[in-house]
Amino acid sequence: MSKKQKWVFISVVCVILALLLVGIFLTGSGGEEESIQQVMKDAVLHEDNKVSFLGLKDVNPAYISSCVVVGVLLLIAALIRIFAIPRFKYVPGKFQLLIEELVGMFDGMAKSNSPHRNKFLGGYIFAAAAYIFVGTIFELFGLQVVTTDGISIALPAPLSDINGAIAIGCFSYLVILSGGIASNGFKGVGKTLKDFSLPISMSFRLFGALLSGLLVTELVYYYTALSFVLPVIVGVLFTLLHALIQSYVLTMLTALFYGEVSERAEEKPGKKPKKLKAAKHSGTPQAAA
Amino acid sequence: MNIPLNIDWQQILLHLFNFVILIAGLYLLLYKPVKKFMDQRTAHYQEAADEAAAKLAQAEAMEAEYQAKLADTEAEISEKRAEAEAALARETASQLQAAKEQADKLISDARVTAQTERERIVAAAQKDIAGLAAEAAEKLVSGETGLDGAYGSFLNAAKGDGSHGEG
Repeated sequence: MSKKQKWVFISVVCVILALLLVGIFLTGSGGEEESIQQVMKDAVLHEDNKVSFLGLKDVNPAYISSCVVVGVLLLIAALIRIFAIPRFKYVPGKFQLLIEELVGMFDGMAKSNSPHRNKFLGGYIFAAAAYIFVGTIFELFGLQVVTTDGISIALPAPLSDINGAIAIGCFSYLVILSGGIASNGFKGVGKTLKDFSLPISMSFRLFGALLSGLLVTELVYYYTALSFVLPVIVGVLFTLLHALIQSYVLTMLTALFYGEVSERAEEKPGKKPKKLKAAKHSGTPQAAA
Repeated sequence: MNIPLNIDWQQILLHLFNFVILIAGLYLLLYKPVKKFMDQRTAHYQEAADEAAAKLAQAEAMEAEYQAKLADTEAEISEKRAEAEAALARETASQLQAAKEQADKLISDARVTAQTERERIVAAAQKDIAGLAAEAAEKLVSGETGLDGAYGSFLNAAKGDGSHGEG
């Protein structure tokens, strides 16, 4: 690109931005305006803005987000399964390397935290991380839906709804419980129930983290004056950080607790093994040895 | 019953429904096949590494075997050389002994031959002397010559035979 072309390009961009600014200030917000209090309250409680789910039930917008995220993830997975995985080679290309790195990372996390039982755990934390990460950055796209009141709103992250966060938190707890039962039976249940606050803490940690991001974003976007440059930092960077951190935290906690409850209990030193006892009773020195 | 924070059990279950579908889908479509491929590749390279290690061990065993064989061969060569040297020494000694014996025999034979020849010559000389003596006596008896003549002939004959026998 020559110097002249560069100046032309910069000039065109500046003109477009100036026209957009004029348009923004002249057009106004349009439609019925909500106060910031209402916006904040609705972001937390989801009492007012409901969306009709296939005409069957009015649900929170986050559930629609959840459906979209799940659909998109499954579609991507199906495309990769059909078109990419059969072409995988022993010496991987860039895309194969990315997929293998993702799977290998969660497999490694499951193996390192739960060496005894990790086959399902790896798959679970992989899916949970994908859901949290994609669900969180999903709010950046700002897909619009119309509420039952006729207001157009941007779809939030699925986990910024407390119902979604509770679902993930409690299901993770159930996965941990299942690991305990599968490895240690009744003892595993006891070990898991010992951390009875875990589902609440996991749910509310997710909800709080995602909600705080949402509230800051709502606050910033509410005022036109704050809608320049700042959203790049609070909107994009914070959301990306949230996505990474919350994915890592939930998967790490799940793997850690799963590994703890699925660890086999060691034999107490005072307790003699059954075979030894039987051999002593029968009086055969070979068996006792 | 109103639950605080607008918690809705039905929506929790709906979220769970979505989440379970997602877990099953991602596990079956992505996680499991990719992990299977990775395990397969690991097994492949492990197999190759094991094969290489086995071949290396085999080569090392062969090298050790060859070294042992080489050492055995060297020992055998040394033994054979020692045997050959011993045999050579024995043969040399034997031949020397034979040569010595032959030389002794030759010397002994030569001595016997010389003794026999000497005895034969002495005997012949004595015979000649006896013949001369008889001839001289005959001449003396027949008187063909005087005493001095006969005596002189005898002496001349004896003198001639004596110088011949000493020679």
